Amino acid sequence: MNKILETINLTMDFGGLRAIDGLDLHVNEGEIVALIGPNGAGKTTFFNCITGISPPTKGEIFLTTRRKDRDKIDGLKPNYITKKGMARTFQNIRLFPNMTALENIMVGQHCRTSSRLIGAIFRNAFTVNEEKLVVENSFHILNRFGLGPYTNEYAKNLPYGAQKRLEIARAMATRPFLLLLDEPAAGLNNRETAELNVMIKSIRDEDKVSILLIEHDMKLVMSISDRIVVLNYGRKIADASPEDIKSDPAVITAYLGEEFVA
Amino acid sequence: MEYFVQLFLGGLTRGSIYALIALGYTMVYGIVELINFAHGEIYMIGAFTALIIASVLGLYGFSEISIIILASIIAIIYSSAYGYTVEKIAYKPLRHAPRLSPLISAIGMSIFLQNYVLLAQTSDFLPFPSLIPEFEFMNPYSHIFSSAELVIFCTTAVAMTLLTIIIKFTKVGIAMRATAQDRTMAMLSGVNVNKIISTTFVIGSSLAAVGGLLIASHIGQINFYIGFIVGIKAFTAAVLGGIGSIPGAVLGGFILGWTESFATGYISSDYEDVFAFALLVLILIFRPAGIMGKSRVQKV
Repeated sequence: MNKILETINLTMDFGGLRAIDGLDLHVNEGEIVALIGPNGAGKTTFFNCITGISPPTKGEIFLTTRRKDRDKIDGLKPNYITKKGMARTFQNIRLFPNMTALENIMVGQHCRTSSRLIGAIFRNAFTVNEEKLVVENSFHILNRFGLGPYTNEYAKNLPYGAQKRLEIARAMATRPFLLLLDEPAAGLNNRETAELNVMIKSIRDEDKVSILLIEHDMKLVMSISDRIVVLNYGRKIADASPEDIKSDPAVITAYLGEEFVA
Repeated sequence: MEYFVQLFLGGLTRGSIYALIALGYTMVYGIVELINFAHGEIYMIGAFTALIIASVLGLYGFSEISIIILASIIAIIYSSAYGYTVEKIAYKPLRHAPRLSPLISAIGMSIFLQNYVLLAQTSDFLPFPSLIPEFEFMNPYSHIFSSAELVIFCTTAVAMTLLTIIIKFTKVGIAMRATAQDRTMAMLSGVNVNKIISTTFVIGSSLAAVGGLLIASHIGQINFYIGFIVGIKAFTAAVLGGIGSIPGAVLGGFILGWTESFATGYISSDYEDVFAFALLVLILIFRPAGIMGKSRVQKV
């Protein structure tokens, strides 16, 4: 198995607080990995760390791209990391509120196109052609995620479920090989969660995109994940298949307290 | 009535120049929340570049039309280079500093550029050749609307339309709006934010250069200080319309232009600035965010 994401001894300090403590974590090609843990365990901090929003205090992060280049990405700016092929969503939705659904998707494709301002002013054939492709591609992505009816709606006016889907669609528009989802099921009802389950699997199977997700909905986590990593106080306390995680004493202690360990 | 029309058209011309420069302020504010006080100086540098190029080409006997075209192109390139450099030197290192630091840096840059042109050129007013030709078909109307005013109005209209198309439909424009709304998220979507900010400064500076060339050619003289007062006026126009809003800057420019024009025409030219700024105060009392501005919750 190819490790497409690998962190070695990743550590993140905020002043005196160690949010992530020597974390070794990896995602294999084609895997769906869930990252779980109590609140404040450092899950979102981990996402911020590897996507370049807040570079780690210590440790290394490697991405192995589809072309099998193993790149060290710690310290790179978020846009370069996205360009290498890792995209993410947020727990509290972060769309561009005053732009339409279509435009949100177009922003996602920014790093995959090469036309420039000069071309945009003088309308050379290359730019015109590329702009056409981007729009066509955007329609395709919108329809795929069931957002066709909202194409020209402002993102802020979309219903909650559609906003969540649009955020995933925008991340997919950057053409990642690894998608990070931060609580994709938060706030969704049962039917929407079931749809999300299908959507995540189709992203893995049809687009060949590996997935690392943070999620609190255990039903979803257990049914979807190939592997579960459990964090507590910034440390990895378990890394196993869903079945093994259920009976892991360290995990039960972290979640429920020592007295529940059988 | 004819006098009214004359003042109206005069205000339109004046307003379109203010609008052109106000766009630079408003775009930069929209994207990095910074008042680029050096923007007026970019306008002044545009005018000086055009003057130098026009004089040199005139010596070599270039035709009038080729002088206009070459002078504008070079002025645009030169001013853009200044705008780009000012951003890299004075603002980029301070991007994560408290809001007041880049503001002081901007004022410093403005004073620096003024004095740099003062030393490199002269403190005297220099005559600026009338680059804009007199059109014959305008002759019957020349007492109310000159050829130069027509050219100024048309050029700014074209520039603003072009800008609107860029912002609304092109890849760069969409990335600019994304950056203005959520910079971190734009980066995570793969947008090179530094490049987009530079592009914003370059576009704003090009518009300022066009403004500098047009107004200098219309008024007929320039010195190192012209950027300051025009800059303040254009900034006023941007605030009037709601800083950060592009249609607001255009509207603010025209309102300011008409106010000045009518105040000068019906009362006295001494009161031009008094009315301009009294209007600003009045509008800000009733609409603190400007005419088209949205009052936003302070970002945390």
